[in-house]
Amino acid sequence: MKRREPLNNTQLLMTIAIGIFFVMYIAAMIFMGGGFLKVQQVFDLLNDNAYLIIIGCALTIVMIGGGINISVGGVISLTVMACALYLNGTGLQNAGGIVVTFLLALGIGLAFGAGMGFLISYLDIQPFIVTLAGMFLSRGLTTILSVNPVKVTHEPFLALVKTKIQIPFLGYVAQNGNLIPAKLEIGAVVALLIVIISFVMLRYVKLGRNIYALGGNQQSALMLGINVRRTRFLSYVISGLLSGLAGFIFLMHKPAGNASVAMRSEMDAIAASIIGGTLLTGGVGNVIGTFFGVMILATIQKIIGLSPLNESWWQDMASGALLGVFILLQSVVLSSREKRRAQKAATAPVLQKG
Amino acid sequence: MSTVRKATKKSSGLGQLMIPLVALGILVLFNLIRDPSFFSIEMATNNSGNQVLSGNLISIIDSASGLAIIAMGMTLVTAACGGQDISVGAVGAIAGAFFVKIANTDNGITGGSAILGFIVCVLGTIAFMMFNGTLVAVFKIQPMIATLILFSCGRSIAYWINGSATPQLTSPIIDALGKTIPGIPIPTPIFAVILMAILLALVFKFTNLRLYTQSVGINQGAARLNGINPTAIKLLSFVILGVCVAVAAVIGVSRLHQLNHKTLLVDIEMDAILAVAIGGNNLGGGKFRLLGSVLGAYIIQMLTTTLYSMSVAPVNVKAYKAIVIIIIVVAGSPVIKNKISMLITRIKAGKLQASAAKGVE
Repeated sequence: MKRREPLNNTQLLMTIAIGIFFVMYIAAMIFMGGGFLKVQQVFDLLNDNAYLIIIGCALTIVMIGGGINISVGGVISLTVMACALYLNGTGLQNAGGIVVTFLLALGIGLAFGAGMGFLISYLDIQPFIVTLAGMFLSRGLTTILSVNPVKVTHEPFLALVKTKIQIPFLGYVAQNGNLIPAKLEIGAVVALLIVIISFVMLRYVKLGRNIYALGGNQQSALMLGINVRRTRFLSYVISGLLSGLAGFIFLMHKPAGNASVAMRSEMDAIAASIIGGTLLTGGVGNVIGTFFGVMILATIQKIIGLSPLNESWWQDMASGALLGVFILLQSVVLSSREKRRAQKAATAPVLQKG
Repeated sequence: MSTVRKATKKSSGLGQLMIPLVALGILVLFNLIRDPSFFSIEMATNNSGNQVLSGNLISIIDSASGLAIIAMGMTLVTAACGGQDISVGAVGAIAGAFFVKIANTDNGITGGSAILGFIVCVLGTIAFMMFNGTLVAVFKIQPMIATLILFSCGRSIAYWINGSATPQLTSPIIDALGKTIPGIPIPTPIFAVILMAILLALVFKFTNLRLYTQSVGINQGAARLNGINPTAIKLLSFVILGVCVAVAAVIGVSRLHQLNHKTLLVDIEMDAILAVAIGGNNLGGGKFRLLGSVLGAYIIQMLTTTLYSMSVAPVNVKAYKAIVIIIIVVAGSPVIKNKISMLITRIKAGKLQASAAKGVE
């Protein structure tokens, strides 16, 4: 009988990430107080980083399959710009216009995801190069659409932007005695839903299990009868769709198109995935961990932003250092586990003989 | 040993360089048809009154210098570690900061301070690259993840090293480094590329570094069992990349006459990785050809210059570049290559059959 390990690597790395997030947040509550004591602070982190959570999921899914997708930031910028231009130019000044815009966002994401997925899985081209070309293409198309920032003037969409879910009992009492309810944007709710859907998809749906198998060992996956090419293709299609959705959510948070939207967000998403315990080598990872990875990065930015060291270069240094600590921690934890396992394997036969 | 080396050389011979050479040829042809005077070179007088060669070809080779140098180092790291360093741009900013900090004394830039600055710059860059290398070689972290750390904070470190935002540099030495040395009509950066290429070629000629790097990249365990130290080889590849980045950074600083930690060598990591891939090198490590990567760098620069001369706005260049890149990598993809070679064999077989039929008749 094989004894089950208490925690596998995925869960261990994820647990570390979640633990550190809570330690960090509680430390912020104790030492910084103020905003961190309000529920609104957590909601603000969610509101501001909804798009990052979604592309974090996109990256995690692709990375579990042993690939990489660095075009997500570019696809967001293209989606935001195209949607902003469409909203301003369309004759549909009603909810129908919003629906068409939403479909446009998903369509752009789908087109990029399917195109890159085809090149990667059916033509065997290295994913880094293909998605790099995808990043160049999407950023270039953004500036071809418009070099200047475009502000959305579509009334119903602006109304949607202002719509926030208000939760009175999580609010706080302001100085003048009024109760200010906690506000959560629609985008944040969508992001949380995406995390849950991705989690379920990866864990309980055949496609998700196939993606894990593909990332763990492509050869074995093939032997098991998994359609490796189609699985990889679909993982890129999903990540493309999610980046299109993230673009729409971004526009709902900041209703303006700009060439520099979501600049370098692909690297933030990769960092969040890694902090959450996803390995670039594939086969290991979890979207819940990614969610906490995004929250950790966002919290450290907020803490630095509120501290006296509020210059942008300190924020960069802090996130770099944080990433370094996480990567080292993971490496040490994983290698010590490997060693222990190797020792067990080495001593086990001797014990049997004795 | 020698047979092994011959075998590796033979198998990664011209075949690998096919795609970049064809791509370069098509770009040259395209430009010649579009504008026959595109490659004309003439003597001109530059701002400081020196006779220099000018023309699109010179400017392409000149502007690609930094990229070509970094692509050489990136090829080695790729071959040894099976991954890419995405921090070269940020570390380049750090290197520039080191150089300017030491070279730019109160009396301006003198010959001595420039040399000292360059030495400090190289050593400092090697130190930062060793940080990356240690994470990759000792802690067994994927290169892209390990270098993500410096990617995200390197430019901030550069800012911190130098303190002020964008120091302006005016000195004949900087002119000589970034543009031309008085009396020599060819831009200095081109000589830097040639020098680096010769240095690396000599290293490969007189040591077993190429063989060792390839064997570590192909199968680390087997290399270790054969007495090669994979950790040392990986670290060495990062050290060489560090030297390349330092040289490229000094060229970059001298060309712009200023140190801007935000724009120095910006996005060069992506172009360098592209150059390595266009050169036909496997991004998963193993066999490599430096010449391929250098050709890749010149292809990228020629593409950019061609697009500029077709009056494409600089911000839009990326989109067209992406399309050409996709065409090149699709042409070089294993699936397409197989199809083409199958087609060729079928045509050959058909010819043989035809000739055989003739013989029977």
